Amino acid sequence: MSALEIRNVRKDFGRTRVLREVSLSIDSGEFLILVGPSGCGKSTLMNAIAGLEPVTDGSILIGNEEVTWRTPAERDIAMVFQSYALYPSMTVRQNIAFGLEMRKVPKAEREATVERVAKLLQITPLLDRKPSQLSGGQRQRVAMGRAIARQPTVYLFDEPLSNLDAKLRVEMRTEIKKLHQTLGTTIVYVTHDQIEAMTLADRIAVMREGRLLQLGTPDEVYNDPVDMFVASFMGSPSMNFIPAQLVRDEHGISLAIGAASDPYRLPFPAARTTPDLDAWVGRRVVLGLRPEHISERTPWGEEDANTHPLTTEVTVAEPTGADILLRVRLGEDEVNARVSPKQNVTPGDRLPLQVDMARAVLFDPERETRIA
Amino acid sequence: MNTRASVQPRAGHLFAPNSASRVRRNGAYWLQAWLPKLVLAPSVAAALFFVYGFMLWTFVLSLTNSRMLPSYEFVGFAQYARLLSNDRWLVASTNLVIFGALFIAICLAIGIVLAILLDQRIRHEGAIRTIYLYPMALSFIVTGVAWKWILNPGLGIQQVVRDWGWESFTFDWLVNPDMAVYTLVIAGVWQASGFVMALFLAGLRAVDDSIIKAAQLDGASLPRIYWRVVLPCLRPVLFSAVMILAHIAIKSFDLVVALTGGGPGYASDLPATFMYDFSFSRSQIGMGAASAMMMLAGVLAIIVPYLYSELRSRDRG
Amino acid sequence: MDNVIRVQTPGALLARGGIYAALIFMAVVYLAPLLVMLLTSVKTLEDIRAGNLLSLPREITFQPWLHAWSEACTGIRCEGIGGYVWNSVQIVVPAVVISTAIGALNGYALTKWRFKGQEWVFGMLLFGCFIPFQVILLPMAQTLGWLGLGSTTTGLVLVHVVYGIAFTTLFFRNYYVNVPDELIAAAKLDGAGFFRIFLRILLPVSTPIIVVTVIWQFTQVWNDFLFGVAYSSHETQPVTVALNNVVNSTTGVREYNVDMAAAMIAALPTLLVYVLAGKYFVRGLTAGSVKG
Repeated sequence: MSALEIRNVRKDFGRTRVLREVSLSIDSGEFLILVGPSGCGKSTLMNAIAGLEPVTDGSILIGNEEVTWRTPAERDIAMVFQSYALYPSMTVRQNIAFGLEMRKVPKAEREATVERVAKLLQITPLLDRKPSQLSGGQRQRVAMGRAIARQPTVYLFDEPLSNLDAKLRVEMRTEIKKLHQTLGTTIVYVTHDQIEAMTLADRIAVMREGRLLQLGTPDEVYNDPVDMFVASFMGSPSMNFIPAQLVRDEHGISLAIGAASDPYRLPFPAARTTPDLDAWVGRRVVLGLRPEHISERTPWGEEDANTHPLTTEVTVAEPTGADILLRVRLGEDEVNARVSPKQNVTPGDRLPLQVDMARAVLFDPERETRIA
Repeated sequence: MNTRASVQPRAGHLFAPNSASRVRRNGAYWLQAWLPKLVLAPSVAAALFFVYGFMLWTFVLSLTNSRMLPSYEFVGFAQYARLLSNDRWLVASTNLVIFGALFIAICLAIGIVLAILLDQRIRHEGAIRTIYLYPMALSFIVTGVAWKWILNPGLGIQQVVRDWGWESFTFDWLVNPDMAVYTLVIAGVWQASGFVMALFLAGLRAVDDSIIKAAQLDGASLPRIYWRVVLPCLRPVLFSAVMILAHIAIKSFDLVVALTGGGPGYASDLPATFMYDFSFSRSQIGMGAASAMMMLAGVLAIIVPYLYSELRSRDRG
Repeated sequence: MDNVIRVQTPGALLARGGIYAALIFMAVVYLAPLLVMLLTSVKTLEDIRAGNLLSLPREITFQPWLHAWSEACTGIRCEGIGGYVWNSVQIVVPAVVISTAIGALNGYALTKWRFKGQEWVFGMLLFGCFIPFQVILLPMAQTLGWLGLGSTTTGLVLVHVVYGIAFTTLFFRNYYVNVPDELIAAAKLDGAGFFRIFLRILLPVSTPIIVVTVIWQFTQVWNDFLFGVAYSSHETQPVTVALNNVVNSTTGVREYNVDMAAAMIAALPTLLVYVLAGKYFVRGLTAGSVKG
């Protein structure tokens, strides 16, 4: 059953088109994350779902019921805001109970719910405090408690963790994931933090300029991006875009990188060539390679048909602890590579590396769309 | 499920078209959309009637020959012509220029100096500020009554100075037709300069500290820092202060009534007292209305550029 | 200009002394009229004639205050200004309450419920802050007559409410603009409606601006003279008008001590508010004129 369905929703602010024909459907119990650069329309979409912002065209269905022209109160939705939006004049208890009170839930039941939610979120000792007496993390918990108490069909989270410090953010991220698993709730979650997106989401929706570019599992969005924007938006450091020429040679289809006189050649996996790709032979394309696919040589790399050796100069080395990020020369450009921290690298070294082409993707350099 | 093609172009009309979904707006939605407007409606109606309507009404009256009661016999701009050739109006207008210019200039000078002095980490600053500003809490009538007594030629300051031994000292501005208007300046400045101080002090406190520190590192002296660095930052405050003071000056009515009564004769009349006198005591409603319109024009001449610049700077910001 | 190292040279100390001297001198100048008023109001008439403004009373008498309260002549009547203080109270209380309430609702509707033309509505209401009241004086007189409210307390309340709304709306709007919209969004999702959000969410956090607005309106209405003199009769005139009449009354001997006592009585309520809540008073003044 779809908990939330958005059909061709459009939103204009005067002449600015903030949302252009966005459609998506979320299953009950699904955790959907909306990502995109600021101004891409993700917050507007969120507000449209909540009913805080009327749409220009299209319709919104919650639990298979059309709610496009219903007030927020009538939509059975709860929202957790970036600023938490706790009512400053009320205690934590009153904050959590307010939604129930507005919905005329009997007092005894309200109190029981507050206790239950407080216990779930471990905020029972805070129930009689005012929001101003709470830390950021505690406010965040109360804001979630307020949403949970109502047991709505859909939860909206609007960058709920972005006001927390890094350590707390990781903790709360885990907590949200646990809550989602125990309560089985339907969640739409806006963030600009791609790690949040990758770790939390069942599916990720990538938006740009009011359009939904791609909707898929984290794995799909990461490994199988529809265009250069999605490819560059997910992953840090982002995917390398390497100008190349598509050529046909003894291996089948290959990518020629660097000077035309002496190019470095990378064969494209034969299994992934399509008839469409033939049309691109002899033309310029963009090769997309994630940094982790340019790494130190491994024994299995020698065996693997899609893995190719590359010995090149290192210009910058940035150890991050878990691994080392390198800038290395490839053709006429520099690309990012990721190697194990065991490697002993100094800038200027020539390092034997390997390129894993199994996950390589190709883009149209002009339209920036995916070719293969 | 990888929906690369999830952005179906123009498939929208298969689903709920705009008109259909609009029909489904229910009562709650309608109420939510209209309540704020309904709440504002009485105020808007009141403003339309009591502000804009009355302005228009006054303008209409200024075109008639209304005397004791409003009549609607139109005489064109004859009342304005009469007004501009009326000696008392000319005195009142001249007085407003004198009063306005001096009032604004002196208030600003005193206010700015006091604000800068108070900004030097003064002990008991709060108490001193309270003393400077309290006259603003008083009615202009009270101010007028107090200063009328202080400036009283027989028993006021004149007597004090004479008692101190300067027997020939005279200070009779209150009853001197040439000087009466300056007594308004004295009382007005006393009342409003503390307010200017408060405005500028707030402005000074809002100036970014690091600018001052940077100037100090550049080796500038304190007076120079104020003159070259801090005060230029306060141009918006200066602007508001001038506007408010001009507004007070144009509207000044109570102060004149209580302090000089417009006298001696009509030597210290201001447009506001002129308007009241002609409208309510002398049964010259047409001319009173014309003088009110002139006052409005004066205020607009000050306000409109202010609002314009305000809106423009906000657009830029 | 805090956290700045100052050089403690003799010259700098001298300059500092000069600053204090100037500030104290000006404080005396500002205080003098009030002290003179107070001093005069507790002197006997003989004292006044014998001495001057600054001479101390030979004996302190509160007779002028009593006289001003219950016997001073306003025009032909000699009943003191006590009754007129009561008139002012009867005008001020409803005018302040109503205009503040309307301003709060207006400010709320203008900031938290977006609709087209909102800026225009605000702009047109705001204009009411700027007009010289002379321009509405004549039509208002006639309108009050038609409504049967001429020379009545109700009429004066109406006038003060109508022309106070511009300011009260401005105050509340500028305050509510800074209350996060998310708070209202959260309450909407929780199921609260227009008035419920106002009463339960916004009003509890509005105390500072209510105080500012009430003080501003109180001062404005209490100190008003123009509307009072134009639209009231002997029975309904506010204390400012009565004070002016006392001072300009030609009946009997000039009793300067009584005049000053009457002026003090008329000034006391606003002075008291200023002393007790000066912070809010200043905030209102700057907010009312600088606009946010």
